[in-house]
Amino acid sequence: MPPKPRYQNRIELLQGTLDLLILQTLLWGPQHGYGISQAIRLNSGDVLDVETGSLYPALHRLERQKWIKAEWKTSENRQRIKEYRLTAAGRKQLLTERSRWNKLSDAIAGILNPVAGE
Amino acid sequence: MGWFRRKEKELQQEIEAHLEMAAQDRIERGESPEQAAQRAKREFGNVALITETTSDTWNWAWLEPFSQDVRYGLRMFAKTPAYTAIAILTLALGIGANTALFSVVNGVLLNPLPFPDPNQLVIIHESKPNFDQGSISFPNFLDWQRDNKSFSAMGISRGYAFILTGMGDAEQVNADFVSSGFFPALGLNPILGRSFLPGEDQVGATPIVMISEGFWRRKFGSQPDVLGRVLTLDAKNYTIVGVVPASFHGGIAGLRERELYAPVGQWSNPILMNRGAGLGFHGVGRLKPGVTVKQAQADMDVVTQNLAAAYPDVNNGVGSKLAPLKEQIIGDVQPYLLVLLAAVGCVLLIACVNVANLLLARASGRTQELAVRVSLGASRARVVRQLLTESCLLAFFGGVLGFLIAASGTRTALKVLPVALPRADNVGMDARVLIFTMALSVLAGLLFGLVPALRVSRPDLHEKLKQGGRGGSGVRHSTQSALVVTETALALVLLVGAGLMLRSLSRLWNVDPGFDPENVVTFGLSLPPTTMTASPEAIRTAFREFDRRLRAIPGVAAVSQSWGAVPISSDDEQLFWIEGQPKPTNDKEMNWAIGYIVEPEYLNAMRIPLRQGRFFSEQDNERGPRVVVVDDVLASKYFPHGDAVGKRIQIRNNQDWTGAEIVGVVGHVKQWGLDTDDTETVRAQLYIPCMQMPAEFIGMTPSGSTVIIRSDRMNSGLLEAVRKASREMSSQQVIFGVQTMSGIISESLSTQRFSMILFGIFAAVALLLATVGMYGVISFLVGQRTHEIGVRIALGAERGDVLRLVLAQGAKMAGWGIAIGSVGALLITPLLRRLLFGVRPADPLTLVTVALLLSAIAMLACYLPARRALGVDCMAALRYE
Repeated sequence: MPPKPRYQNRIELLQGTLDLLILQTLLWGPQHGYGISQAIRLNSGDVLDVETGSLYPALHRLERQKWIKAEWKTSENRQRIKEYRLTAAGRKQLLTERSRWNKLSDAIAGILNPVAGE
Repeated sequence: MGWFRRKEKELQQEIEAHLEMAAQDRIERGESPEQAAQRAKREFGNVALITETTSDTWNWAWLEPFSQDVRYGLRMFAKTPAYTAIAILTLALGIGANTALFSVVNGVLLNPLPFPDPNQLVIIHESKPNFDQGSISFPNFLDWQRDNKSFSAMGISRGYAFILTGMGDAEQVNADFVSSGFFPALGLNPILGRSFLPGEDQVGATPIVMISEGFWRRKFGSQPDVLGRVLTLDAKNYTIVGVVPASFHGGIAGLRERELYAPVGQWSNPILMNRGAGLGFHGVGRLKPGVTVKQAQADMDVVTQNLAAAYPDVNNGVGSKLAPLKEQIIGDVQPYLLVLLAAVGCVLLIACVNVANLLLARASGRTQELAVRVSLGASRARVVRQLLTESCLLAFFGGVLGFLIAASGTRTALKVLPVALPRADNVGMDARVLIFTMALSVLAGLLFGLVPALRVSRPDLHEKLKQGGRGGSGVRHSTQSALVVTETALALVLLVGAGLMLRSLSRLWNVDPGFDPENVVTFGLSLPPTTMTASPEAIRTAFREFDRRLRAIPGVAAVSQSWGAVPISSDDEQLFWIEGQPKPTNDKEMNWAIGYIVEPEYLNAMRIPLRQGRFFSEQDNERGPRVVVVDDVLASKYFPHGDAVGKRIQIRNNQDWTGAEIVGVVGHVKQWGLDTDDTETVRAQLYIPCMQMPAEFIGMTPSGSTVIIRSDRMNSGLLEAVRKASREMSSQQVIFGVQTMSGIISESLSTQRFSMILFGIFAAVALLLATVGMYGVISFLVGQRTHEIGVRIALGAERGDVLRLVLAQGAKMAGWGIAIGSVGALLITPLLRRLLFGVRPADPLTLVTVALLLSAIAMLACYLPARRALGVDCMAALRYE
């Protein structure tokens, strides 16, 4: 086994979350890699800055799992760009991940802010 | 790799687009283009590293679980090296044997012949009233060539031996006389010069010759200026016009290698243009594109029928017989090879069964490990896949090792074994053999892996988890027993096959050939080239002188020239009719016999028994009245009242008929070989004294006579003395092709012996594997029952009881195996019928012997573990509880 690349741990750490964010971003329409990273940053109020080193492996992995689909388009300045689109399976996956995330964040919130008087 | 390259390029484009868009945004926010590009890049990060981590996701990802399994399997192997080594060796044995035999089948049966479009090539024979594959007369051939509509080219050839003089010592050179269509038909182009042109094969044409690449190298050092040089052959000068490549083997009958090729017309045989004389020519033809053998045969039937109408005296009943070249060359060995292939397949099956058993036995140690994996959420498919990966891995290693064994073993075996395999030089390892081996390995891996994998991964695993791994052995036990029964049955079938072949070979050896081959040597003799043009008197004198000198050698008991048939090695037919009966009007109605043209001492040399009358004497010479001797088959067929001696027959030489008196009757000789002689159509035999042959026949004998001598000391000293005697007579006289008569007989059985040896080896390997398998399983079961045996001993069971308990288990398995195997053998051995001689496929003696042998070995395989069971310490066994 070759030594693990530096980014791997972070991907593992962020994997579920990043996948969720990507799928959620694509819910609004097809988008290319740069566009997705910009959207996540803007929508999170500059809090979440997705590393490209995590973004592209995640996109390719999601593509392989057939949750998103890639298409080559030509931009206004006639550059070839790769756009990702949410598939039906991806939409389903997004729902699952969202409910899981909600449960998780409720649970964490419950721990962090215990209801007084229990 | 194109897919990977393209994906990489696409990723690069994707990243470039990203950088450009990011820079564009920055420019819009007011940064300078240079600054924007630089910052976008810095923000993006390490492009190379990101490319790599991304490409990793599509790279080996799909292989990930597989490589996990492989790594896991390898670790398991490393932990149990003995088990792994046994499994791999067993498989290597099975796969290696299969690979070796497949390489033979591949080389002999599957590889194309070394000619362009070999499927268009057919062998052409002249069919006679009682013989399918007779030789073609040259005039008939010329008419066939002219009249047929099916062949693009047609040629004939015949072996010959020239005496080469003028290049060092006189020597004998193997050659073929060929017609001009011969090389074009085969599609052969000389590597230098040209082949013969139409018309150059006519009688009276200028003497020219083609030489083989080997001869070119040996005699001319491969110099390119060899064309136009002159060779002195049989005292005639031939100009070299071409060089034939070494890859070509010309003499069609056995595709033997020749050193020279001369046009037919150069043959000084006075009856070459005689339509009734076959003279040993056989033909080869190339079908026109789209013409089938059947169509060509129909076409040739018309041609030969027209010729029969035109020349009724000699051509009545004469046709042509076509056979695809490949079929003709490999016809005899094909059934042997296919049977052997089936046998070796059984060996592999047994090897697989053994390894499956090993896996099962080992799986018992892994029950818990697997149960843990399943309970942790591994699906059954996942576990089966992992186990199959392991078994395929084993098979792969076995295959690699087997291939290596086969590669070195086949070469050695072909050298060592006395092989009568056509195209043996074609046998070797090529891509097809490699693919075969690899496919076989994967198949074997799945075969022996599937049963244990399914068995072990049964969903009741958690039960086993609870039981601490000792339960469930009952199920596995029955599977293992079934496997042992299977391999015992397979081994029995193989052993019966080997036994049958051994028995028929020994039957063949015990067939009385009708003469005593011990201490008899035959060789070819060519008198000096000058004798070839000498008078018949001078030639007779030369042979008499040669005989006299040989008789003077101490130990030589009898010497005879032989100008006709020689038992088992060559045949010659003689037509005759009986005086006092009407003369048949054509050859078809004529009586046929095998003709032996010999000298008086022939009978003593061969020790053929004299039945009636006398054999030839020195007085039966060119001046004496003509006499013949017949064998008892001819005598009883044509003179059923036992009164052959004293009767007269008419014998034919060339077109002339001569009367001769029958002076004796001798025993029949197995001319056609030990196995098939009894079923041949022409079996009557006729002996004619050499010295009474007509002058034109005598004129041909100096170029090649067969000499037969009996000597009481068979050693190299004898041959040395023979050569010395010959040299003293003339230095231009050549002795060649020395063979012992027993060697000729032994060689005639080489295909049978070759298959017997291989079959025997396969059966031995099968027996060994089955024994090991049975031993392994019984050992394992004894181990499993340690507890039970301990309890029994503690409760007072006798040693004999325990022994009986274990042996009974083995006996049950062996018994079932033998019973099933016997039924299998009875069903399968009839397929061997064609290869057997003097033994019925359902030979009770063989079957019983093999069954007893197998039982004895099975008992032995059980006895050793049973002994161990007796040593079980009952306290230790009980403490397990």
